[in-house]
Amino acid sequence: MQNQAKNLINKLGLDPRLLGMIGALVAIWVVFGIFTDGRFLSPRNFFNLSVQTASVAVMATGMVFVIVTRHIDLSVGSMLGFIGMAVAALQVQVLPDLVGLGHWSVWIIAVIAAILMGAVLGAFQGWIIGYLAVPAFIVTLGGLLVYRGAMWWVTEGQTQAPLDTTFRLLGGGAEGTLGESLSWIFGIVAALAAVALMLLSRRNKANHGFAVKPAWAEGILLAIAAGGIMGFVWIMNSYPISKGAMKRMTKAQGIEYTDGMVWNHGVAIPVVILLGVAIVMTVIATRTRFGRYVYATGGNPEAAELSGINTRWLTVKIFALMGALTGIAAVIASARLNAVDVGLGTLDELRVIAAAVIGGTALAGGAGTIYGAVIGALIMQSLQSGMASVGVDAPLQNIVVGVVLVFAVWVDIVYRRRAGA
Amino acid sequence: MDKQTPLVDMRDIHISFGGIHAVDHVSVDLYPGEVVGLLGHNGAGKSTLIKILSGAYQADGGEIYINGEKAEIHNPRDARKYNIETIYQTLALADNLDAASNLFLGRELVTPIGTVDDDAMEAETRKIMAKLNPNFQKFAEPVSALSGGQRQSVAIARAVYFDAKILIMDEPTAALGPHETQMVSELIQQLKTQGIGIFLISHDIHDVMELCDRASVMKNGELVGTVDVNDVTDDDLLGMIILGKRPEGVTVQG
Repeated sequence: MQNQAKNLINKLGLDPRLLGMIGALVAIWVVFGIFTDGRFLSPRNFFNLSVQTASVAVMATGMVFVIVTRHIDLSVGSMLGFIGMAVAALQVQVLPDLVGLGHWSVWIIAVIAAILMGAVLGAFQGWIIGYLAVPAFIVTLGGLLVYRGAMWWVTEGQTQAPLDTTFRLLGGGAEGTLGESLSWIFGIVAALAAVALMLLSRRNKANHGFAVKPAWAEGILLAIAAGGIMGFVWIMNSYPISKGAMKRMTKAQGIEYTDGMVWNHGVAIPVVILLGVAIVMTVIATRTRFGRYVYATGGNPEAAELSGINTRWLTVKIFALMGALTGIAAVIASARLNAVDVGLGTLDELRVIAAAVIGGTALAGGAGTIYGAVIGALIMQSLQSGMASVGVDAPLQNIVVGVVLVFAVWVDIVYRRRAGA
Repeated sequence: MDKQTPLVDMRDIHISFGGIHAVDHVSVDLYPGEVVGLLGHNGAGKSTLIKILSGAYQADGGEIYINGEKAEIHNPRDARKYNIETIYQTLALADNLDAASNLFLGRELVTPIGTVDDDAMEAETRKIMAKLNPNFQKFAEPVSALSGGQRQSVAIARAVYFDAKILIMDEPTAALGPHETQMVSELIQQLKTQGIGIFLISHDIHDVMELCDRASVMKNGELVGTVDVNDVTDDDLLGMIILGKRPEGVTVQG
């Protein structure tokens, strides 16, 4: 029986570690589902979970590259706060005078500013690490303190609110979704794209005369991928918008609100952003020279250097990318709260690192996947939300998360040793 | 050797680390189709000398001429431009990547849209491995899962695939069994006939006597001398390595 299962997994070409993570995630959901009489498994909770995961997951994809090359970035939480505060101040204090309050370009300028700011700050840290050879741990520990302090300085500690209305959509909420019909279209396009990619890769392999999976195995994988995407959209499309929000939205769109009218949320915009980031980062990791060099450098820095890879410049690029992703995460986090106070992003660096590590990124370098980090972030958030909804005290929540982190890494180490990888 | 232009001419190379002269004003040369052995104890400076040629170290002074023209080699990328390929003793493989990724590391084949073309690289890897080591089958596994001999064939394939004109082999047979050592010997003979010049670093005198045309012996960072292996005995070479003594009645360069 066990052998049969192993055989099936082999034939399907699935990564056992991925299955393990999904198994753990489902187990967490089921347990909390039981303890909350199913509330945890409601569309409403899944919607909130997806929105709450987005910001940390976006950063976790970048942290994979950082950790794969044997570095660490402790500054992302503070950097998120600093960027969030700067961009909020830009919207609240600067742009209204320049282009006018509520101008259509405000959110675009804010997003570009956030990403640029992150990339520049990250590149500077990467330069110190790569060219001045100061360890990443120290450089980013310094960054943690510097950005948190700088954040306070931007506005003398004042909370910045409210943010631009269009900008706020990037954080989710009732308005910040694709809406029902667009969500379905999004799901269908994504499912078709997934199927097309898998078939294309199969054809390429066959053209070179390599062994391909049996057709039935490929069929099952296609069905799982397409089914998973459509199932997710279906759940998001089953969460009705509250009456208050409905009244607000119908008024804004000039539609008359009647009792019994039901709109559903659909896929939240931050989740769409996360999916986009995850896809782009996966392509970078597996399909570009840059990604190849990241993994080669992590596996054997000396060999990478001798192969002609400029590992110092690579370090600058990796940290610039991490910074840019932190900028995106800052947009999501500040937009979701519709305000930025000096606490924004506190301890996020640890959540991000934990997500990447739970997702199978090895601190010894050379190994880690983007999808793993995203699932890792989802596991962390599920634990945290689940315990909150069950009514576990905050201190105990931290204890559980801490224990789970250590346990997960231990399991991963045992697995690696057994697999001999 | 007739006096044609040497493929490689390293003149008066010196480098020191923390006050120690690792390579102390050494000159060696290499002609097309020739194998020159570099001999000496551990720490004699052979590997350091060769790392200057392959771009891993930068000499404090001295000049390198490739085909009679002065070459500027500041890093491994520069060395590759002069078709200098190196097989390092440590093999310099990224253990977490598969054979094809290692073979093409730094010189990936790309698709028209600029993404790495893993399938094409694997196909090329299969072709060259079929010639070098027909038993090699582990194309999907990371190279950490390979045996010493298999890893060596990946490292050799990487050097040979890209039309090396100058090949540096640092202890290529140190980790190999008899069968694989034989494979490397045959490969060296084959590459010689193609006009490739090979620097072979070794501390095995039998290897050098069998495979090399000339031998340059180093001791304490200095060149003891370069001799034609047909002119000397094993004992002559041993004397050069251990005592730094030049054999009598033989033409010694350097």
